[in-house]
Amino acid sequence: MLQLLLRRLAQAALTVFIVISLVFVLFSVIPGTFTSSLQADKRDVSQDVIERLEDELGLNDPLPVRFANYVTDLAQGDLGVSYATRRPVSDMLSGRIWASFKLACAAIFFAVCVGLPLGFIAAIRQGSWIDTAAMTFAVSGLSIPGFWAGLLLMYLFSLKLHLLPTFGYGSGGLSHLILPAITLGIAPMALLARTTRAAVLETLNADFIRTARSKGMSERRLVTRHLARNAFVLVLTTIGLQFGSMLGGSVVIEKLFAWPGVGSLLIDSVGLRDIPAVQGAILVIVLFFLLINTLVDLAYLVVDPRIRYN
Amino acid sequence: MSEPILDVRDLSVSLVGSGPPIGAVDRVNLTIGRGEVFGLVGESGCGKSLCALAIAGLLRQPMQVTGGQIMLGATDLATIPQRQMRRMRGDDVSMIFQEPMTALNPLMTVGDQIGEMFVLHRGLSRRAARKKAIEALDQVRVSSPERRINAYPHQLSGGMRQRVMIAIALACDPKLLIADEPTTALDVTIQAEIVELVLELCRAKGTAVMMISHDLGLVARICNRVAVMYAGQIVEERASAEIFNHPSHPYTRGLVDALPRLGRRLERGQRRLTEIAGVVPALHEFPEGCRFAARCPRVTSECTAASVPVTQLDGGGIVRCLHHV
Repeated sequence: MLQLLLRRLAQAALTVFIVISLVFVLFSVIPGTFTSSLQADKRDVSQDVIERLEDELGLNDPLPVRFANYVTDLAQGDLGVSYATRRPVSDMLSGRIWASFKLACAAIFFAVCVGLPLGFIAAIRQGSWIDTAAMTFAVSGLSIPGFWAGLLLMYLFSLKLHLLPTFGYGSGGLSHLILPAITLGIAPMALLARTTRAAVLETLNADFIRTARSKGMSERRLVTRHLARNAFVLVLTTIGLQFGSMLGGSVVIEKLFAWPGVGSLLIDSVGLRDIPAVQGAILVIVLFFLLINTLVDLAYLVVDPRIRYN
Repeated sequence: MSEPILDVRDLSVSLVGSGPPIGAVDRVNLTIGRGEVFGLVGESGCGKSLCALAIAGLLRQPMQVTGGQIMLGATDLATIPQRQMRRMRGDDVSMIFQEPMTALNPLMTVGDQIGEMFVLHRGLSRRAARKKAIEALDQVRVSSPERRINAYPHQLSGGMRQRVMIAIALACDPKLLIADEPTTALDVTIQAEIVELVLELCRAKGTAVMMISHDLGLVARICNRVAVMYAGQIVEERASAEIFNHPSHPYTRGLVDALPRLGRRLERGQRRLTEIAGVVPALHEFPEGCRFAARCPRVTSECTAASVPVTQLDGGGIVRCLHHV
């Protein structure tokens, strides 16, 4: 298990390096720099100021030098200073990570609590109207773009029913969390419903289920003791992948709900070509994904006795 | 034969879908005496497993019992309510399956899987059931059972797993054990061992065995009586020595001839093993007359005209052939 963690750590370092390199290359290729973004919106920034800024931020250094500097700093745990705010990127991120994490957890909670039972019931009642309804619902959930679903929810629950706030973080309470979490969780919920249904159907056809039936147990015991856990093992990976990619997936949703998370920071920073902030945000998203994946691998050790990592 | 423990009368199993039902098992009659070892033989797809599943009440959609009686003692398993069938399954009738690799729950220790029988049918606590499970493992000759009880199926070999299956099936001393090709998936070296184990334990517990196999040689060796099935019907049923030495139905003859026997091929100057030409017809293609007609060396025009009735043989037993020997 220690070996697994060490391997994961090495893997994470490599992944992070590749991602950082990609971002550097991308931002050197796409048109526009931080200073050019300052002149956007027809703002009048004098040439002097621009030159002094470029000098100060090291923007005139060649790409390899800037890259080497960044990687050296990062290796020492320094995420650099934002071009736009002049604040350390780590400070900017620290408050936002919690907001994003909270949103991701709430969204996966919604996705699992709705998707799993939905898929389960659909499989147990395969071919019935419940199955058809659940799967139609699931396909719709997968097909509707998140931001559109978010707008609809806002319209319904905030503007029409006045039950929930439209957007914003508020004081960090539950009422502000519900709509963005549901919006973010719809697609994973739909996917989970489908995966669960497939997993349960596959497990229902397994030989050991026939053995369990031959022992003469009630359907309830069959489902709880023999079916559920085996089906869950098949779904666990999907849950992990969905949870892991949630921070990356929440970029648009965060923007839509003005959620002060890593995703909205990323979008703002990309517009400003604020590369240190962009790198910092992406770093968080990548590390979160790797962390969740490792946790899923560890969870398998608990759930499935067949799995041993050496 | 002693007093029958299982008496199957005119059992039919059909595939019931949106169209008209398609018969898969056609009016099968079987009688198994108390403690008897009975063999059911046939090629894949002849309906022998369906018969077994029907008796154990384990048929799944779209297969259904569409007629007949399955008397276990005084109870008709074909008509009793689900709940009652559930209580009898595992307790009075139990089954062993072909695939020991997949027949056990991979996420449960073998101890829990055996112990579950005592929890379900004897109302024991988990702790007491565990004690009984150790005994049961010991009975199927698994070494150091108190340790193995905590093993998961993937930690055991195929033969070991089949022993666990046997321990589960015989845990509650059932009246009837249905063994559906219990050794087909095992190494040849342990097949005999497993069969011997099943027979010995059943003898000790007074459990009757219905041994399903495609291996006529095996069945003839261990069973008192053998029924041969073809395309959903029983075509011959006799004492096993007779059926093996003097097969009456051309299909049985074919099965006996198909058994590889040392030296015989050379004696006859054959270069290949004997086979029965052709394949079992599919469910929806069962012919009107004799179902074996298309592959039969003795076929005449009468055979295909109308369905062939069962004939009582002089030495006891039955055969379904107009030209039986």
